[in-house]
This record gives sequence, C-alpha cells and structure tokens, in this order.
Amino acid sequence: MARQSGDVIVDLRNISLRFGGVKALTDISFDVREHEIRSIIGPNGAGKSSMLNVINGVYHPQEGQIHFRGQLRRRMEPHHAAEQGIARTFQNIALFRGMTVLDNIMTGRALKMRCNFLQHALYWGAAQREEVAHRLKVEEIIEFLEIQSIRKTPVGRLPYGLQKRVELARALAAEPHILLLDEPMAGMNVEEKQDMCRFILDVNDHYGTTIVLIEHDMGVVMDISDRVVVLDYGRKIGDGLPDEVKNDPDVIRAYLGGAH
Amino acid sequence: MLYREAGQFKSSYAEDGRIFPIRQDRVGFTLLMLVFGVAVPLLANEYWLKAILTPVLIFSLAAIGLNILTGYAGQLSLGSAAFMAVGAFAAYNFILRVDGMPFLLALALAGLAAALVGVLFGLPSLRIKGFYLAVATLAAQFFIVWVLVKFPWFSNHSSSGVVTAQEVSILGYAFVSPEAKYVLTFLVVAVLALAAKNLVRSATGRAWMAVRDMDVAAQVIGFRLMRTKLLAFAVSSFYCGVAGALYAYTYIGTVEPEGFNLDLSFKILFMIIIGGVGSILGAFLGAAFIVLLPILLDNLVPALFGDALGAGFASNLQLIIFGGLIIFFLIVEPHGLARLWQIAKEKLRLWPFPH
Repeated sequence: MARQSGDVIVDLRNISLRFGGVKALTDISFDVREHEIRSIIGPNGAGKSSMLNVINGVYHPQEGQIHFRGQLRRRMEPHHAAEQGIARTFQNIALFRGMTVLDNIMTGRALKMRCNFLQHALYWGAAQREEVAHRLKVEEIIEFLEIQSIRKTPVGRLPYGLQKRVELARALAAEPHILLLDEPMAGMNVEEKQDMCRFILDVNDHYGTTIVLIEHDMGVVMDISDRVVVLDYGRKIGDGLPDEVKNDPDVIRAYLGGAH
Repeated sequence: MLYREAGQFKSSYAEDGRIFPIRQDRVGFTLLMLVFGVAVPLLANEYWLKAILTPVLIFSLAAIGLNILTGYAGQLSLGSAAFMAVGAFAAYNFILRVDGMPFLLALALAGLAAALVGVLFGLPSLRIKGFYLAVATLAAQFFIVWVLVKFPWFSNHSSSGVVTAQEVSILGYAFVSPEAKYVLTFLVVAVLALAAKNLVRSATGRAWMAVRDMDVAAQVIGFRLMRTKLLAFAVSSFYCGVAGALYAYTYIGTVEPEGFNLDLSFKILFMIIIGGVGSILGAFLGAAFIVLLPILLDNLVPALFGDALGAGFASNLQLIIFGGLIIFFLIVEPHGLARLWQIAKEKLRLWPFPH
C-alpha cells in the first residue's frame, strides 16, 4: 500500500545531542515527508524519545540543523513547535490527571483560542461563543476516537488503553500538521493495538497528518509505516522502506538479534 | 426524590457548559443568594453580621485567591496575608491621598496593587517548585509586612503603625451600619466569586490546571509557563488584595501590618485544605468552617464541662479539639468539604431508590 507522500517537511541534518558526557544522539540525519508515516525504531536507550524531543523543541541539540518546511530553525521552545503545528503524545502518559477527558482535549485547542482572561472572567459573548465553537471541534474528535461515553470522566479513573486514546485526542485537537507519537501501543493488548493502528491510519488518511511514530511492536511498524529509521546507541544504522530495513544485516544484528 | 435530573435535556453545548446544569441546583442557588443577600441583612442581629458573616465572606474571598494559585495553578503559597496587607494599605493610601477617590475604584486599585506585588513575588515560581516555592512566598510574607512597618509613609506616619479605615461611602451613601457593610461585602464577594468560577471553567482555568498537573505536557501543547504562572499569581493576589481592603474597611476598621502575619496566611491555607483544594465552593465552606468552629467550641466547651476545667485548660482544650478535627477531616476526606458535598449530591440523585 504505497500512499502518496509529498515534499520533505522536516529535514534533520547531522544532529548531535549530549547530556554532559553522555552522547544521546550522534550525527543523525533523516527527513520526514509530508503525509507519510515515519517510524523510528531501535533498542531501549537508542535515543528514540530524545529524537522526538529534539523535533518538538524540548531538547536543544548541540550540533546539527533542523529545517522545517525549508526554513532553518533556530533554537526554539516547545510552544514554538506547537505554534508551527507539531503535536505529540508521550511514552508515559502525560495527561492532566485532575481534569476530565473533555477538559484535557479542550487544552489541545489552547493555541487556537483568542479570548483573554478578562473575557473569560465575564464568560459572556465572545468568550462563550469561542468555548462553544471549540467544543464542536472537540466533539468531532471525541466521535472520531469513539470516546463519547467517557467525556465527563476524570482521566485518572480511566484504564490505561483509554488514557492513551485520550492523549491522542488531545494531540489531535490542535489539528497538527505533524503528530509525534511516542510508543502509542506500549502495554496494550492485541485488540487495543488494532484499535490504535486503525486510529493512526485514519488520522493519517482523514486529516492528512504526517506521523512520526516510535514503536516496539515490529509487526505494527512494518505494517503501517511508509519509511523506517533505525537507531542504535544514538547512531543511525538504517533508513528506508520497511522491507529494506527488515532485511538490512546491520539492523538485524543490532536490533532483531544477531546469530550467536 | 426531589433532586432528579430526569427529563432535563441539554440541547446545546452552551447549556452543557453552565455552572449549574441541573434545574434544582439553579433554584437552590437562587434561594441561597436571596437568603444571604436579602433575608440575612434584614433579620440577622448585629453580632452575627459583624463577627461571623462578614468575616466569613472576606476570608472566602481570600481563600478563593489562594485556591486559584494553589488549587488550580498548583503553586504553593504562604504569603496570602501579605497580599491582603498590600490591598488594605493600598486602599487606605488611595483614599487618603487622592481627593474624591470612589471606594469601589479604590478597591479595584488595591487589588491591582496587590496583583503587581504578587507578580513580583511570583517570579521565583519560574525556577522553583513545591516546598521551595512555598519558602520563597514565605519571604514575601515577612518582607511585605516589614516594608509596611519600616516606612511610616504607608500608615500616614501614624505613631503606632495602626491605621483607621476611612468611612466607606458610595454615591453619597455612607456604609456605616453592620447591615450596609455586610451587603457591600456580599455584593463584592458574589461578583468576584462568579468571575473566579468563570475563569476556572474556561481556557484560563484549563491552562492553570494543565500547568499544575503536568508542566512539560502543557508546554508541548503550547502553553507558556511564565505567562500562565504569573497570571495565576496576579489574579490570586488581586483577590487577596481586595479581601484585605474589605477586611480593613467593612470588617475590623483599624489595621496594622502585623495583623497580616503568618498565622493569617496559614489560616487561609487551612481554609482551602479543609474546604477543598481546587474548588470555589470549597473556599466558602472552608472559610465558614475555620471561622465558625472556634466560636462553636467557645460555646460548647463551657456548656459541656462547666467551670470544672478552669479557664486556661478550657481554651487549650478548644485548640486541641480544633487541631484534632482538622486532622480527622483530612484523613476522612482529603479532598475537603466540597468533595463531601459532591458525594452527597450524587447520593441524593439516586435517593431513595439507589438501584
């Protein structure tokens, strides 16, 4: 199933990231094309999450350049990334536990809301209209991800699989161009994984969202990715179509286990 | 049986977003406002108005302020009393030094002055969290009181440092009687409480709670931590400042900087812990609890034990009971009185046929 992928949207060139003496990423280059599902795989500690954190501005690489839509990106903060349309989910669920599902997803709309706090204090006219308008959009996502029945539930009370889904909903609420998913299927059973795969493919298809995915389940990765990049000990050891990567001897040795 | 939402349907998101989505709640709340806004000032005696109801309202306002900062935005503060002091002395000086300053404007300016100071002492929150931030706000508590004592200009060079609040008058009407002062306090608190409720149920409140619950995720979504936290400090201090000004003008009448000490800050902190952290209703319940309980014990302990204990022991016993009750509450319901109320309502929805 070869989907049509577009121009390069994120171009990472020679990225190196260090924490003190620890080299998290060394000289990594790869690109992400518009509308594709790009997977990052690798053993634990390979630097996959660090890579996502570099893309959305949580970490600042010491060396290398990031071009976003052809523009060289200077040092940026996470909210800049959000403003440019990059949303993400986290490996360990990072929902706002004290809030309901609905409020959590509404936070995803924050950057699109224009009223100031004085208007909010009045909650009249513009502020209320804005709240309702964004609620409509959020309800669309709630329906899309089939979580209507839990919209008023505090997220802390939800089972793990649903929390992951709510986190995806929160990221989608921002209507991102690029969605970074950090192990969206970790700890799920087969049915939940199938649901999540379906949602990811639907998002990619329906909203045209570019997706960068970290995942350990090789079956899932090989099935849904357009291209795969493989990291090991902070270095890139493979990059290409799923089938190419699968048969790359380096990747097999480092990741899928060599012959002993 | 009376408290049922069956048959009440919401047909728009605006209806779903109401503060009281259930009709019985709306009726109940209107009655409550009529009782406290109309019946109480007409019927209650002077002692109740002056010594109980007015301070409960004022402390509720301060507790709302602290609850915005601590309960919603997650920034622990021990400086609420100091921000009240800023409000009280700012109002005093605005009315003293500006000819024809309207009282309500002075009240708003007092709140703004406190907000400004609050933002200043909120700056450390950008680098430090939790207990360490609490210590930084403790610095605000001592520093502000020290400044107000050190520079006699603030108390208009009064030799004792005590200032007497000027007479409150709005549009020529002088608020002198306890009834009038109570009604004024009630109106100001009601309006500000509504504004607070609106803030916390809208995008501003969600931003605060997001920063409270998971600041990294909040940043990734696009919230700016600095702006969000400082806004919480500003709004919180505004509420404390207005509460402080009311404390001076409609409650005790004469204030000195040392009156706004750490004890008062702790008292407000207890109010939100007992009332419910992260709840506007909780601020009112907590304030009522903290103000009423000592008065209740004052009357109860002598009635139960007579003079057998001696005056010294009786007053100590009250403190012991007070502390014990607080601990009991925290163990039984760590989310406070507001949560108990919520549970009661949920039970009531099913009563008397719970299955």
